[in-house]
Amino acid sequence: MATTTVARTRDEVAALNILARKQRSLWLDAWERLLKNKAAVLGMVIILAFYLVAIFAPFIAPHDPNRQYYEHTQQKVAWETGDWNFILGTDVIGRDNLSRIIYGARVSMTIGLVPITLYLLIGGSIGMIAGFAGGHVDNILMRIADVFYAFPGLLFMIIMVATFRDTPIGSLLSGLGLLFIAIALVGWEGYARLVRGQVLQIKEKEFIEAARSIGANSTRLMVRHIFPNILAPIIVACAFSVPGAIMAEAGLSFIGIGIRPPTASWGAMIQTGLTSLYSQPALALAPAVCIALVMLSFTFLGDGLRDALDPRLKQ
Amino acid sequence: MQQLIIRRLLWLIPVLFVISIITFTLMHIAPGGPWDRDIGRRQLPPSVIENLNRKFHLNEPAWKQYVLYMWGAIRGDLGPSYQYKDRNVTDIMFAPPQGRPIWESRFGRTATLGLMAFLIAVSVGLPLGIISALKQNTIIDYGSLFFATVGNATPGFVMAIFLMVVFGLMLHWFPIAPTNWDGWKPWVLPTVTLCLGLTAYLTRMTRATMLEAIRQDYIRTARSKGLAERVVIVRHALKNALIPVATVLGPALAGLITGSFFIEFMFSFPGMGRLYIQAVQQRDYSMIMGNTLFYAFLIAAANLVVDLVYGWLDPRIKVGK
Repeated sequence: MATTTVARTRDEVAALNILARKQRSLWLDAWERLLKNKAAVLGMVIILAFYLVAIFAPFIAPHDPNRQYYEHTQQKVAWETGDWNFILGTDVIGRDNLSRIIYGARVSMTIGLVPITLYLLIGGSIGMIAGFAGGHVDNILMRIADVFYAFPGLLFMIIMVATFRDTPIGSLLSGLGLLFIAIALVGWEGYARLVRGQVLQIKEKEFIEAARSIGANSTRLMVRHIFPNILAPIIVACAFSVPGAIMAEAGLSFIGIGIRPPTASWGAMIQTGLTSLYSQPALALAPAVCIALVMLSFTFLGDGLRDALDPRLKQ
Repeated sequence: MQQLIIRRLLWLIPVLFVISIITFTLMHIAPGGPWDRDIGRRQLPPSVIENLNRKFHLNEPAWKQYVLYMWGAIRGDLGPSYQYKDRNVTDIMFAPPQGRPIWESRFGRTATLGLMAFLIAVSVGLPLGIISALKQNTIIDYGSLFFATVGNATPGFVMAIFLMVVFGLMLHWFPIAPTNWDGWKPWVLPTVTLCLGLTAYLTRMTRATMLEAIRQDYIRTARSKGLAERVVIVRHALKNALIPVATVLGPALAGLITGSFFIEFMFSFPGMGRLYIQAVQQRDYSMIMGNTLFYAFLIAAANLVVDLVYGWLDPRIKVGK
């Protein structure tokens, strides 16, 4: 009697161990695989550095980004003038280039996060509902998604921003608010499709049936059982969406309809820097380097995450 | 096939309809109108504005304006421009300057730029991807992968800054802000900038599909029956590897078309993209509407062509369904 009890508990312990290890291993294994990917780690370090710069901008920036030093307008870079007070020079109206770069990180790094959250909220819930409910609901929601798909993204963003720029929404957070909405409206459709497809796959699995049979309601099924199982492809999609959002902001600001002046944005700085490219290439080069670095880092991270979370896809 | 083409062409109608409705609505809720001048500059007197509104039917109810506009658009008349006096949007977009050939119109220039970039991207990206896959994990492979990753991740207008600084400022090979677009020199930088992203993307994708193709069983079969390596690669692997690549070419061409917004703006290129951006900045309603519709049409048509090519390339897929 006693021995069987021990044996059962041993079995139980073994089973529990396997369960515990399995649960641990999915995400931990992925994390370990990610850490082995040098490019992804480099990307993460650079992204982290830019986030720190964005958060602590007031402490790092040598000058107020909007203060105009009239006696120092269009000053060249420090290694040409020897004036280390303005390391990357000053722009046409005497604002410190380096400080504006540092503050510009705030815009780009936020634009990398907020619209993605909106994608997940809008696209994720629509895709989840469409896939889960099926039938007419699915049909209607997916036709709406089709309409958004048919509208060329960049055109839609430009028109949206141009329309609402002079309304109260347009001046929210010096134009950031409107950009969040415009970018989110263009991008949610892809997420809806991704989530729907995943839900359709998972829905038929036995464990969902099991959960349903013990009385789990739809909300619980969606949140507790389906969502965790489709998380991996969503995380990968997010990592790849961030550079797109950053690029959209920089592009719109570059053509003068994004962030409102005088708020520093790398895209807008490229545009103003372009006019004095001959005399002061640093004005346009510095923000260009920053955008390229951030986008490259997110691409590295996205590649790494994809390989780590879905080893089947690895070549 | 014919039926399919007709069906897909008909499908363009609801798409363009929805896009035109959205654009029209957005343009009309936008505060301010085409006659607004910057604060501080002399404003137009109310009587003039009233006359202008009557002339351009802006005093009519919105639905009637829309119907009038669309009726014109169907017949190829995209309405008058509010900013370029006495000129029609269709003229501005498609008519070349006096005594110049057709490809020097706004659209002609943009199309030339886009097609050149597209051809370069395809003729560089595909071979690079194939070589990279065949010489996997060699210096060549790493080199082209590096190029592909960087090129793919860097936006065109950022890449343009680097190219301008290196080839314009330091080497003086090409002009940075050309005013005269005759000859080939001014075209080099915009074309290269525009095609880099797509080239990188195609390289990356071709490499991936090619790597997958050469590991398939039918390749082993082809080798085992003694076919020459060349035949194995070209006839068996390449043909299958290029199918997925072909499917992205349509959206890619569309991306090139809209991507040229930034490039045209940057190089002061006299094309449609810069025209569009100016129209947005000046709130030239009919110009925005006309351009958006035309762009949407181009993009939808590009996707259509690809769908058809896809069906032709891969007999396993039945496009009709």
